[in-house]
Amino acid sequence: MADAAAANRDFPRVYGKVGSLHRERLWALRLSYASLILASLIFLAPPFYMLVTSIKTNVEMADQTLNPWIVRSPTFEHYAAILGNPVFLTFFRNSIIVTILVVAITMVISVLAAFALSRMRFWGSQVLATGVFLTYLVPDTLLFIPLYQIVGGLGLLNSIWGLVLVYPTLTVPFCTWIMIGYFASIPKELDEAALIDGATWPQMLLKIFIPVALPGIIAATIFAFTVSWAAFVYPTAFITRPDQMPLTIGIVSQLVRGDTFAWGQIMAGALIAALPPVVVYVFLMDYYIAGLTAGATKG
Amino acid sequence: MAQVSLRKLVKEYEGHVQAVKGIDLDIEDEEFVVLVGPSGCGKSTTLRMIAGLEEITSGEIAIGGDVVNDIPPRDRDIAMVFQNYALYPHMSVFDNISFGLKLRGFARDEIRRRVDNAARILGIGELLERKPKALSGGQRQRVAMGRAIVRDPKVFLFDEPLSNLDAKLRVQMRTEIKQVHQTVKTTTIYVTHDQVEAMTLADRVVVMNHGVIEQVGPPNELYRNPATIFVAGFIGSPAMNMIPARLEQAGGGGLRVLLDDGLSVPVPEDRTARYAPHANRDLLFGIRPEHLTEATRIDKQNLAPITVTLDVIEPMGMETLVHFHINGTSVCGRVDPAAGAEAGAPMALAAHMEHMHLIDKDTGKVL
Repeated sequence: MADAAAANRDFPRVYGKVGSLHRERLWALRLSYASLILASLIFLAPPFYMLVTSIKTNVEMADQTLNPWIVRSPTFEHYAAILGNPVFLTFFRNSIIVTILVVAITMVISVLAAFALSRMRFWGSQVLATGVFLTYLVPDTLLFIPLYQIVGGLGLLNSIWGLVLVYPTLTVPFCTWIMIGYFASIPKELDEAALIDGATWPQMLLKIFIPVALPGIIAATIFAFTVSWAAFVYPTAFITRPDQMPLTIGIVSQLVRGDTFAWGQIMAGALIAALPPVVVYVFLMDYYIAGLTAGATKG
Repeated sequence: MAQVSLRKLVKEYEGHVQAVKGIDLDIEDEEFVVLVGPSGCGKSTTLRMIAGLEEITSGEIAIGGDVVNDIPPRDRDIAMVFQNYALYPHMSVFDNISFGLKLRGFARDEIRRRVDNAARILGIGELLERKPKALSGGQRQRVAMGRAIVRDPKVFLFDEPLSNLDAKLRVQMRTEIKQVHQTVKTTTIYVTHDQVEAMTLADRVVVMNHGVIEQVGPPNELYRNPATIFVAGFIGSPAMNMIPARLEQAGGGGLRVLLDDGLSVPVPEDRTARYAPHANRDLLFGIRPEHLTEATRIDKQNLAPITVTLDVIEPMGMETLVHFHINGTSVCGRVDPAAGAEAGAPMALAAHMEHMHLIDKDTGKVL
C-alpha cells in the first residue's frame, strides 16, 4: 500500500496539480451564466423591440436619424387604438374559442389514447403508438392542401369550426406521445393495486392515472395551447373572412393596408396576443415542476 | 376467511415458456403459507394468478371453494401487498387505505372505523393525513398492509413485501407481519426469495424451483428432512454441505460413507436398512454446518471423528464458521469460538451422523 502511494506521488498527473472542486464549480457556474445571458439576449431582443416600437409615436418611428432602441416620448395610443377596435377584439375572441376547444378536444383524445396504448395490450397497439408519433413528423405546410379539400368538402372554410377540426391533427399526436411516456412511467403495481382495490378501468384512469400524471397532462396542455394559439399556416389557408380570423392572421391581414404597415398597432397587437401563453405558462409552471410521483413506490 | 386450492395450475408465456408447470397446492383457512424459491421459479407468477393479475393457461384456482379462474381481481375478495408498496402518491394515507372501501360504497362511518382499527393494529394512527412521500420505507409498508387489512378480505397476498427494506427494518417488519396475522388470522400467501423469511413466517413453506413445487411442509420439517437436493441446498444458511461420497458395506452388516481416501464415516445403525439398497453407489453425502462441530462437544452417539486442515475461519461471535476441503469439495462447519480454530492448522471435528443425508445425484432425491 505504502509503495503504491509513493508510486502515485511520483506521477502528479494522476491527480492533477492544483485540483480544486470549488474552483471547478465556480467556472462551471460562470460558463452557464454567460451562456444563459447570451441566450436571453437573443430571445428577448425581438419582444423588446416590439415593446419599444409599440410605445413610440408614428412620427418617432418614421424618423430614421434616431436610435430605434430608445423611446423619447412614450405613448399608449397604439394600445388604445387596437383595444378600441372591435375587429381586433373579434380576433381575440376567435383565438380564445378555438384554443380552448382545441385544448379540450386534444386532452380528452390524447389522454384516453395514451392510457389505452400504454396500459391495455391489444393487437397492433405497438404499431399504433409508433404510428401516432410518425403522423406528428408530417409538417403542416405539407398537409394544408389536402386538408383544404377536406375542410372545404365539409363546408367549414371561413369558419373557426374548421380550425377546431384541423388543429387537433397537429396537437393530438404529440400530446399522445407525451402522455404515453408519462403513463408508462407510472409503476404497473399502481394499477394492479387499484384493480385489486376494486377499481374499473375508467375509475383507474380518473382516480389514479390523471392525478398522478398531472405534470405530464399540464405539459401536454401547454403544448396544445401554444400550438393552437400560434397556428399560422392553417388559418392563412382556410380563413379569409375577417370576422372568423384568429389573432395570428388577423393582425397581419387587417393592420396592413396595401403598402401601409400600421407598425405601432401591429406591435401592440402582437404583444397583447403573446400575453395569454405567458399567463398560462406562469400559472401552470408550478404544477408542471412539482414531481407528483415521488413516494409512490420505493423511490 | 377461506381455503385456497390450486389444481394442475399452468402458466405458459408466449413461445411456450412454462413459468408454472402444473402445480397442486391446498392452503387451509387461517394458514400462513410462504412460497419460496430463487428468481424465475414461478412463485410470483403463481401469486399473481391467484390475485387474478395473470391469466391462467390451464388448471383451476379456487378461493373459499369457488373457482375464480374467470373472475376479475376486484371480485375475488383478496388484498395484495406489493414489493414496492404501490401506494397512490397523490392521496393521503387515510385515502390510500380507504380507497378500496370507497370504491365499494362503504358508509363513511364504517370506513372511518375500519381505517382507525387498521391504523391501531399497525401503529400508524398519526400518519393518516400524510402523503406517501413523507413516509419512511417501513411506514409505507405498514400503509400498504393497512390497505389490505381494512378490506377484511378472504386472502392476503404478499409479493416480496420486505425486499426493499434495509436489513434491520426487515427483521422488525417480519415480526410485525406475523403479529398482524396472529391478530386478524386471514389466510395468507406470502412470496419471498429469502429462505429466512420463509422459515420464520410460515406455518408451511412451499419450496418452488423451475415452475414446480419441490416440497411443502412446516419450516422445521423442511429443514430436517429435505426431500430433494434443491430443498437441501436452498433451505439453511450457510447451506448444507454436499460431498461426493461412496456408500460402502462395512464389516458386521453396517454401512460406511467413504468421503476420501482413508476418510470414512459410519452410517448410524437405524439408517442401515434404509440405505442398504444403495450400497456401493456414488452418492452425495449431505450434512449441515452445525452438524460438523469441534470434537470436544458433549459426546453423544453417532459422532464420527474427522480431522481436517482449515482453510478459512469466520468468527461470527456466537460461533465460528470453519471452511475446509474434503475430496476437493469446499465444506463448512460451525464450532465454538473457544474451540481454538485456526486457519492453516489441522482441527479435529465431529460429524453428527444422525443428521446425515444421502442424495441420489441422478434423481436429485434425498434417500
